[in-house]
Amino acid sequence: MSNVVVKVGVASCGLAAGAGDVFSRVQEYISEQKLDISLVKTACIGMCFEEPIVALSGMDAGTIIMGKVTADSIIESLDDYLAGNPIRQRVILAEKGDAIHNELLANQKRIVLRNCGVINPESLPDYEATGGYTALRIALEMEREDIITTIKDSGLRGRGGAGFSTGMKWGFAFNAVGDKKYVVCNADEGDPGAFMDRSVLEGDPHSILEGMAIGAFAMGADEGYIYCRAEYPLAIKHLKIAIADAEQKGYLGNNILGTDFSFDLHIKEGAGAFVCGEETALMASIEGKRGMPTIRPPFPAESGLWGKPTNINNVETWANISWIINNGADAYKQYGTEKSTGTKVFALAGKIKNSGLIEVPMGVTIRDVIYKVGGGMKTELPFKAVQLGGPSGGCIPEALLDTIVDYDSINKTGAIMGSGGMVVMDQGTCMVDVARFFLNFTQNESCGKCTFCRIGTRRMLEILTNITEGKGKLEDITTLEQLATNIIKGSLCGLGQTAPNPVLTTLKYFRDEYLAHIEEKRCPAGVCTSLLRYEIDPEKCIGCTACARKCPVNCISGSVKQVHNIDQDLCIKCGACYSTCKFGAVKKG
Amino acid sequence: MDSANNAARSFNKVIEILDRYDRNASKIIPILQSVQEEYRYLPQEVLTFVATSLNVSPARLYGVATFYSHFSLEPKGKHILKMCDGTACHVRGSSAVIDALRDKLGLSAKKITTDDMLFTFETVSCLGACGLAPVLVVDEAIHGQVTPEVALQLLDEIVQKEQQHA
Ligand SMILES: Cc1cc2nc3c(=O)[nH]c(=O)nc-3n(C[C@H](O)[C@H](O)[C@H](O)COP(=O)(O)O)c2cc1C
Ligand code: FES
Repeated sequence: MSNVVVKVGVASCGLAAGAGDVFSRVQEYISEQKLDISLVKTACIGMCFEEPIVALSGMDAGTIIMGKVTADSIIESLDDYLAGNPIRQRVILAEKGDAIHNELLANQKRIVLRNCGVINPESLPDYEATGGYTALRIALEMEREDIITTIKDSGLRGRGGAGFSTGMKWGFAFNAVGDKKYVVCNADEGDPGAFMDRSVLEGDPHSILEGMAIGAFAMGADEGYIYCRAEYPLAIKHLKIAIADAEQKGYLGNNILGTDFSFDLHIKEGAGAFVCGEETALMASIEGKRGMPTIRPPFPAESGLWGKPTNINNVETWANISWIINNGADAYKQYGTEKSTGTKVFALAGKIKNSGLIEVPMGVTIRDVIYKVGGGMKTELPFKAVQLGGPSGGCIPEALLDTIVDYDSINKTGAIMGSGGMVVMDQGTCMVDVARFFLNFTQNESCGKCTFCRIGTRRMLEILTNITEGKGKLEDITTLEQLATNIIKGSLCGLGQTAPNPVLTTLKYFRDEYLAHIEEKRCPAGVCTSLLRYEIDPEKCIGCTACARKCPVNCISGSVKQVHNIDQDLCIKCGACYSTCKFGAVKKG
Repeated sequence: MDSANNAARSFNKVIEILDRYDRNASKIIPILQSVQEEYRYLPQEVLTFVATSLNVSPARLYGVATFYSHFSLEPKGKHILKMCDGTACHVRGSSAVIDALRDKLGLSAKKITTDDMLFTFETVSCLGACGLAPVLVVDEAIHGQVTPEVALQLLDEIVQKEQQHA
């Protein structure tokens, strides 16, 4: 067998871009040509904008990774590679020599994503070959308190959003008295626009298992649950394979690695409720109930699943554990800031060039994340805002782009670090519409227990809808602010307590845009269809009839070489004329 | 007679599911998920049967079934289209695709299944493929960077296949 390996990224994003066809084509080609090379699956290296992605390795040219691969192009590239010729297709990363995105990886530090897109997530030997499960071996030889001290010293803070010290939380569960304890992995990742956890679950499931086994051993738990949203079928599949393999190899189950430590791990699939990401609701859901949050205290560490001491951490938090045990707390602390150590994974999406997953040391500026790692704006329109923290977060304007990525600095802007979704918006995005979008989301997802969250968010949504439809009044802004304060005060869980944030931050940084909607009945970004008007500029129109032919409702009149006109009563504001006109004669406003 | 036989056969399936989960009330959610996989929705008589078998009140079961958005008490169409309207998809134009599909299928936010039971169209918040926004799932296949034209074309392909079969 030659050493040549073809690796195709077949995570959800790769599959959506057609990686399945690429994989089958290579498979066919190998058997047709009786090639002596191996073909393996891997997950996502985070460059969603380049999917499908294929890596070739094993020849003198070193590892070469190509992007935007098609079923045809891959065969040509493979032939080139095997013949020792330069690759004529799009090379995005190269071990030796230049490639389009080599510097994108250089600006990152990959701890959580270390194996994603590198190993085959369905292969335990692949994980072991990268040093997998050595941390578990080390931990099993340590005093349990020492493990907790190491995690405390590393400064690791929960990556699920709130940023509480993981070591301290482990300490509470360790100290809790009880004959039975649980550990839970929160893989509910409900924040729309975030997919860090999905990538880790799909791409490196054993790292979660190893982290959880170490945590369970340290805290004295013998049973664990991974609560994964059902929208991630591939993640669930990979987790199931990983758990079965790890049990067989003695990394999970009874008497792990010959010690008297036993740990059983189960998967629970979510059923589509955002609020189940909240820890008390999540536990209710595991117990088979409606996922309604309950008041804390008691905290899960005292009384969690079925009333037993329970420790819940986020996927990314768990994924850091084995690295910290292997490399020590000091090594971890050398990345990041004093109070926010280590790295953070971000999911870059929206109007950004390099959409995908990246991992950077804490302490870099948001500007660097967007422009250096994210490649800047995708569209010609300039940057307007970046949304952090999803429905609990806020929109950060240009002026605050030099804010550094750490929990406390981001909180000061009114947004939150959140779980790591970063949705970039350009001038073509309407901030009132964005606020309305999030309120619609939280309003839908409110479990209904607290009156302010249930009805207050509905009132806010109604007001925002009115504003986007041009029916807003100036006093609406005061009402929004009052409702926001009351919802924050009157809600039991984080969902309600943070639901007003998207409205408050847009009011704070983009108040002008609200005023334009209310006072001038105008949507500056040209998004809110009720306020939109398309008009033809008589100075620019040459009467080419292109727009009239494109209009789906035939509301544009005018004959050849005459200035055209849009009948505003009939216009459905689809924008077809606007994108068709080559002379910039259709004005949107 | 035939339909009575069918009903008995399907209840066998429910019993099998119940047994698989040890008739354990803490496994209500996976039980309902399996039932829904079998029937494509949660028929009322099955819910009552499950509640009695698990020794919980029908209200408790109904409470769980209505809390989670994946559970449907209404039958769904043969083909399920799910358009993502998460943040990333929203800012990259999912609304236009949603409007186009609803328009074509004669559906709305409230009415999600066509009268001929061929299509159900739903919106979901984030499928985790935000890098390829906007994202549309047609049955099991995920499609990225979908425009209204692409979506309508995908729809058309299914309609044509169905016509060929008919
Ligand atoms: C409405 C709501 C949704 C949440 N969703 C998630 C989620 O999807 N994933 C997650 O890890 N934490 C989520 N959290 C935070 C959890 O309650 C909890 O703080 C977290 O899982 C703790 O893990 P960590 O300490 O590792 O961050 C959510 C909180 C709230 C209030
Ligand atoms: S927002 Fe649509 S896939 Fe994430």
